[in-house]
Amino acid sequence: MDLLQAIVAHYNHWIIIFLMVSGLYIVVARGNMIKKLVGLGLFQTSVYLLYLSPGKILGGTPPIISEQHTVYSNPLPHVLILTAIVVGVATLALGLALVVRINEAFGTIEEDEIFAGEEDE
Amino acid sequence: MIAANLPALQVVLPLFGAVLCAFLQRGILAWGVALIVSLAMPFIAAGLLIQVLDSGTISYALGGWKPPIGIEYRVDVVNAFILLLVSLIGAIIMPYAKASVEKEIPADRQAWFYAIYLLCLCGLLGMAITGDAFNIFVFMEVSSLAAYALIAMGRDRRALLAAYQYLIMGTIGATFYVIGVGLLYSMTGTLNLADMASRLGGIENSRAVLAAMAFLTVGISLKLALFPLHVWLPNAYAYAPSVATVFLAATATKVAVYLLLRYFFTVLGTVFAHKSLPIAEIVLILSLAAMFGASIVAIFQDDVKRMLAYSSVGQIGYITLGIAITNLAGLTGGIVHLFNHALIKGSLFMAIGAVFYQIGSVKLDDVAGLGKRMPITMGAFAIAGLSIIGAPGTVGFISKWYLVLGAFEKGWWWLAFLIVASSLISVVYIGRIIEVVWFRPVSAAAKRAKEPPLSMLVPTLLLVAATIYFGFDTTATAGIAGLAAELLLAGIR
Repeated sequence: MDLLQAIVAHYNHWIIIFLMVSGLYIVVARGNMIKKLVGLGLFQTSVYLLYLSPGKILGGTPPIISEQHTVYSNPLPHVLILTAIVVGVATLALGLALVVRINEAFGTIEEDEIFAGEEDE
Repeated sequence: MIAANLPALQVVLPLFGAVLCAFLQRGILAWGVALIVSLAMPFIAAGLLIQVLDSGTISYALGGWKPPIGIEYRVDVVNAFILLLVSLIGAIIMPYAKASVEKEIPADRQAWFYAIYLLCLCGLLGMAITGDAFNIFVFMEVSSLAAYALIAMGRDRRALLAAYQYLIMGTIGATFYVIGVGLLYSMTGTLNLADMASRLGGIENSRAVLAAMAFLTVGISLKLALFPLHVWLPNAYAYAPSVATVFLAATATKVAVYLLLRYFFTVLGTVFAHKSLPIAEIVLILSLAAMFGASIVAIFQDDVKRMLAYSSVGQIGYITLGIAITNLAGLTGGIVHLFNHALIKGSLFMAIGAVFYQIGSVKLDDVAGLGKRMPITMGAFAIAGLSIIGAPGTVGFISKWYLVLGAFEKGWWWLAFLIVASSLISVVYIGRIIEVVWFRPVSAAAKRAKEPPLSMLVPTLLLVAATIYFGFDTTATAGIAGLAAELLLAGIR
């Protein structure tokens, strides 16, 4: 019973781990370059949750000094993740741009087809 | 006034230079801006190093926000040395870049090339100078995104594939790094590295801290191409434009090694010293695997750039070996090899870049007989090649000397033997190039080759001269590396 409680109490971690591992799996297992980028996005999103979920305190308010409130949530993780999201968007944009160029140069975005074509040369 | 703000200038100048280059749109003007900025960098870095040697660690509160609340730029001997290395290489490449870029990059993209190059420089210097864990991540991504774009500018269409592959692996590495930092942040409540180190006392064996250490190690190792996480590197170096190859090979992996040093010894020093994770042993095995495995693969390459790229993976093994030995002589050897390898690989890739400029190919068959057509360039290549082997009188010998000394001090005589044995493998691949270049008949591609323009030749010769000079006068390199090693080792006592 204790074990079950421990598992339920940390449900946010289970979600994070599931997203992290499935994202990484997609990156490794898929040969389609767009799908790989989707997996990469999933992987990065799990990290956003990793930062955000401990930053939230139940019943906590934004950190504005007021006499009625004594429990505050830490705003720093949100700021950090805002930066990380921007970095993630930039990475995705560059990745997609590269995929477009690869499609122009090779005529396909499937990794195995590209490598098969390279060997013929 | 300027002396007090050097840490900020070191990062801000290339950032503004990059924006200016992007607006200028004319290749030659952008080159001018990049040249001025790059030449200013070593002076700033040298100024910082002198200040640090005179009066100890510099702490610079960015924007006037006091650490640990604000972002702190913290310069000590270790990163002052890295800053000087990166900015020296960045400066020496710029005169070389003009001719090479004009040949390899289409005219309408040259300004963008310099803008991205300066962004990459800004990111690398930022990673080295900042004392804030999350700020490191931001600069890491600035430099990495710029590096992907630089590589994608290569002529060969396979450059695109190499850039894509590097983007996937680099992003996984950076994300692992962020996971590690996130775990440390949730344990300590701070992102300032020095503050973090002091708050880790007492909880160094908690599972979250150990997991953080594992994530940080893997993430940073991906960036520095530690064997077997190096698969992105050979293609990236082989297909990137020559200037980008020289710059990335000489600096990008070195800054990642600096991060590893910083985390192992300064931030997580207590965890590292506690040996709850066998990090030093793992690094030792992987370094040896790199020294032998990657060097053997290098022998069988038919493309000189790819061969040198595999050799880079092997040489990174020597640098991380210094971390695994973990005593003063060994760590000094690792850090001094970081500097020396940057000089050697910089000059090798510069010489090969000059070959590519003249004959448009770096296939082993095509460079045959080039020694008769480009004797100065190929002579420079041979001298730098001797240095990578570790011949006495070159910088390569100095680094290996310290590593062997460290191994003996630890009683690991077998390791000393392995260091020497692995050097013999580099004799084979460097020897293979030298044999083809000097003793084979001139190939069809090399028929009309001649020496490259002076703007390319002089920087190459300067860098080669440095590999000889620092092989004799080691007070500057090994001396400072020794100070840095002492400082780092103080963190794990």
